[in-house]
Amino acid sequence: MTTGGTYAGGIWSWITTVDHKRIGILYFVSSLVFFLVGGIEAMFIRLQLATPENTVLSAQAYNQLFTMHGVTMLLFAVMPMSAAFFNFIVPLQIGARDVAFPRLNAFSYWLFLFGALFLNSSFFLGGAPDVGWFAYANLTSSQFSPGHGVDFYILGLALAGAGSIVAALNFIVTIINLRAPGMTFMRLPLFTWMTFVVSFLIILAFPPFTISTVFLLFDRMFGTLFFEPAGGGDPRLWQHLFWIFGHPEVYILILPAFGIISDVIPTFSRKPLFGYPVVVYSGVLIAFLGFGVWAHHMFAVGLGPVATSAFSGLTMLIAIPTGVKIFNWIATMWGGALRFRSAMLFSIGLVAMFVIGGLSGVMHSSAPADLQQTDTYFVVAHFHYVLFGGSILGLFAGVYYWFPKVTGRFLNERLGAVHFWLMFLGLNLTFFPMHFAGLHGQPRRTFTYPAGLGFEGFNMVSTVGAVVTFLAVLVFLVNLVRSLRTAPTAEANPWEASTLEWSISSPPPPHNFDHTPEVTSRDPLWHDGIAPPPPGEEEFHMPNPSFWPLVVAGGLLLVMAGALVGLPLVLLGVAVTLVGIYGWSFEPIH
Amino acid sequence: MTDGRPGYRGHRPILVFAALAITLVAAACGGDFPQSSLRPQSDVAREIDSLFRGIFWWAMGVLVVVEGALVVAIIRFRERPGAEKPKPVHGNTALEIAWTLAPALILIFIGVPTMITLWRVDRPPPSSDIRVEVIGHQWWWEFNYPDLGVTTANELHVPVGKTVDLRLKSADVVHSFWFPRVAGKRDLVPGTENQLWFTPDSVGVYPGQCAEFCGTSHALMGMLLFVDTPEEFERWAAREASPQESGAEPRPSDDPSVLAGREVFFGAGGCISCHAIRGTPAAGILGPDLTHVGSRSTIAAGVLDNTPDNLVRWINEPHDVKPGNLMLDMGLSDEQARQVSAYLLSLE
Amino acid sequence: MERTSTGVPNEKMLMWTFIGSECMLFASLIATFLVYRDQSIVGPYEEELLNIPFITVTTFVLLMSSLMMVLALSAVQRGDPRGSRLFLLLTAILGLIFLGGQFYEFNHFVHEGLGLSRNLFAGTFYLTTGFHGAHVAVGVIWLLTLWTLALRGRLGPEKAVTVEVAGLYWHFVDVVWIVLFTVIYLMSGATGA
Repeated sequence: MTTGGTYAGGIWSWITTVDHKRIGILYFVSSLVFFLVGGIEAMFIRLQLATPENTVLSAQAYNQLFTMHGVTMLLFAVMPMSAAFFNFIVPLQIGARDVAFPRLNAFSYWLFLFGALFLNSSFFLGGAPDVGWFAYANLTSSQFSPGHGVDFYILGLALAGAGSIVAALNFIVTIINLRAPGMTFMRLPLFTWMTFVVSFLIILAFPPFTISTVFLLFDRMFGTLFFEPAGGGDPRLWQHLFWIFGHPEVYILILPAFGIISDVIPTFSRKPLFGYPVVVYSGVLIAFLGFGVWAHHMFAVGLGPVATSAFSGLTMLIAIPTGVKIFNWIATMWGGALRFRSAMLFSIGLVAMFVIGGLSGVMHSSAPADLQQTDTYFVVAHFHYVLFGGSILGLFAGVYYWFPKVTGRFLNERLGAVHFWLMFLGLNLTFFPMHFAGLHGQPRRTFTYPAGLGFEGFNMVSTVGAVVTFLAVLVFLVNLVRSLRTAPTAEANPWEASTLEWSISSPPPPHNFDHTPEVTSRDPLWHDGIAPPPPGEEEFHMPNPSFWPLVVAGGLLLVMAGALVGLPLVLLGVAVTLVGIYGWSFEPIH
Repeated sequence: MTDGRPGYRGHRPILVFAALAITLVAAACGGDFPQSSLRPQSDVAREIDSLFRGIFWWAMGVLVVVEGALVVAIIRFRERPGAEKPKPVHGNTALEIAWTLAPALILIFIGVPTMITLWRVDRPPPSSDIRVEVIGHQWWWEFNYPDLGVTTANELHVPVGKTVDLRLKSADVVHSFWFPRVAGKRDLVPGTENQLWFTPDSVGVYPGQCAEFCGTSHALMGMLLFVDTPEEFERWAAREASPQESGAEPRPSDDPSVLAGREVFFGAGGCISCHAIRGTPAAGILGPDLTHVGSRSTIAAGVLDNTPDNLVRWINEPHDVKPGNLMLDMGLSDEQARQVSAYLLSLE
Repeated sequence: MERTSTGVPNEKMLMWTFIGSECMLFASLIATFLVYRDQSIVGPYEEELLNIPFITVTTFVLLMSSLMMVLALSAVQRGDPRGSRLFLLLTAILGLIFLGGQFYEFNHFVHEGLGLSRNLFAGTFYLTTGFHGAHVAVGVIWLLTLWTLALRGRLGPEKAVTVEVAGLYWHFVDVVWIVLFTVIYLMSGATGA
């Protein structure tokens, strides 16, 4: 087991894989499925809201769907699709053969998958959570939410959240420690940089959420009083803890997309990224400020003018580093030779759409104005411009960009353009009218609205837009399936890109690099930036496959299920987990 | 196989978008929007509105500059056959400082008015001409006027030109009080008291609704604001403050169905376990006070017009009208429901 | 040892990063504890219950376990099997004594009428110290596992990084306790036994 080697086939090889590229593909496929699930939920929501006083959905069903749409899109679609790219691309970009802890990486994936499946199983086991993804106390108490929906929310997100933290720890260590010689921090590709920043956001933002869900679980199961007003508890505590997680979460969702297009735009402008250090620092600054602005989600709660002023002002500051990024992307294109491949179309789309979402964000940062906007469709418009116009378009840019690297095949460019323009049209039709609906007084999270308030036209246009968006996704799926059936023809660097992942074959061999590259420049493939390899074969060891990560994750899944079923199952889960941990610890690695 | 499309043609989609956008904006600005935050009718709402309009135009300016630069870049710098490889520019310190400072400068023009408005709006009321205690319930609103001895539900009456001082509480979960025409939102948090004030400046009826998700029928937690002339308000307050019947004697009524409805209300219907009619033995506190329900224009928190048919429907099918709500279906016959509705409508 | 860009072993880097994440976990618990201090509606209240002299003793025990951990690591590093076994076992035993003290304290409080759902102090106290106790328990299991390895002679100097990482975790858990001891006990206004 020294050099070379190829992949073993069969399903067992996927279940026991610890290869970062295969885990990346698993993340991608799973997140795509959940993206479709979340999209279908959105379609039901838009059908219900197409006309006033519509009855496609009951109030209960609608509330479950809007809750699960949010949870699914944020935590089971966008985050894991970012993780798919972290996994596949980051080790290649830094010249590593795998991540620092390959088995921990597999473990993260299984935790995410089990958490997502567990939470979604609630649809068939008595009802999904129906309290919003933000799950404000004390609506979530056992008095006001007696069903198991909220329990599924707590336990499912505990699994998925643990998976995210473990993955983020792994990527921090990987990026700090596994960089190839010469790959200094200020030579890291922007996508790797943003992965690094996002990983820190994840490890620091998720624990407060974990703690608040533990409080909630104890309130519901053991009668503690954390969010119980009758016992002196304060529901606002949940809001603070939730948004200390929830606001950084927004940057967890958008920064990977920023990283992707910061790699894509230079490639298709045939020009290095304009102001690389500033783009890096602004990303770091956005993340840092992201921890100090949580209460701008709570202006209507009544924090008093001092706190409100502080959070209002800090929130405005975020516009500065964000604006800088936008200007640097445009400056990168300026004077370039732009090639409008699909990946580039999606990247430009991100810039164009994110500006709109960013500007409406500045409008909310003004606390008095936000008192009219918060909890209306204006906010729904805002964050969909950021998360759909931003994150999703950015992720699709990544898909078109790296698809040849991952599969050795190309997605069809003509279908890609159709996909882009349909999606661009669809998302604007869906979300632009929501600005007006919100300002004219339509609150969000309502399963119906009365005729006569002037909301009818906006909502009908939104629904038509949602259908167009859905068609765009279908075009993408057709493209995907068609491409996978073509022959692999991609050369190592089809886009004439500059970063390290394009220096090796498409798809890469299991060990990535025959020789660990020695990097001498920020754009190594444009500047002969890789030192010639020393003569002779390089010795290295690839990790063995392992099923222990799956066993440990499965044990934890049993613990969560046991919390709803009964103590024996919990104990069984603990036993499986412990056996898994010891099996894992004493398994030979190579 | 990049079927690379040589010479990318078509900014036509962009033109289509522009046309669509203009149509939409035109449609969005005209029209009748009774719940709009852009049609302010009070001092507070006007302040917020003018702040928003200022920010809006700054944002439009930035939007045009940035999207304009993007479009110019797309058109001018697309790859042309035979052209040289672009110059590898890595940055320009002066430019980058400029576009860091520019947004900072604009933020000053947004931030300063924000702070001024914030400290004007988010402070104790300048006076408390009309004090109202607002209590949010799943899914209706209780309004108590401690100085006037009035308790009512879902329809808030205030006199024009007087400062309204609202104390906001919740009986169950978090709600948010929102009449967009007169003020921004303020949450009703169980266990704490919040404050909100505004001075309405135009007589009229303005809809509002709960703006924080509060459970199954959150969408059906509407309310109406009646900004009355001072005389109208006095008349309304005097009537609302009076009990419905003096002593235990029923009020004489010509309509036999009203009397029959009263029987059902106090007897078989079980209505009095939750509802109060001041002046009678009905003193329930779980549901809205019905002392003058006949004079309200809507029922079930703004969901239905207050008509005999709607009352019957509400009594017989409360969970069809408002899923999950606490009102019980008491299994009254159609005739009984009709009688109760006649009785309730007589309570003016 | 694999080559790393920084020279710091991956395992150690992982533990440091994990400790960063754990800080947010305990910060959330401590913040909640402080927000809800003196907010209980019914007793028994913290100043009636907390026994500072007793907890000072168990705190001292936990601090001594950190010292044992340092000695254990040094023994492993210099390849001293006897010292490795002895000090690892002592660290674990002192950790167990601390847990025993916590068990006694919880038991005593419950007898005094402080059930988990009694008041806000009960919830914040049991969860905050309970989370810490769970961390100590995990540490004890880890140490005993290392100890059995040492008994079988499989904990030579080549495993020093593993022991060092366990030590990092153990010291972190100790430091957290110092903060909890200060916040929960010393700042409580309880007068003593």
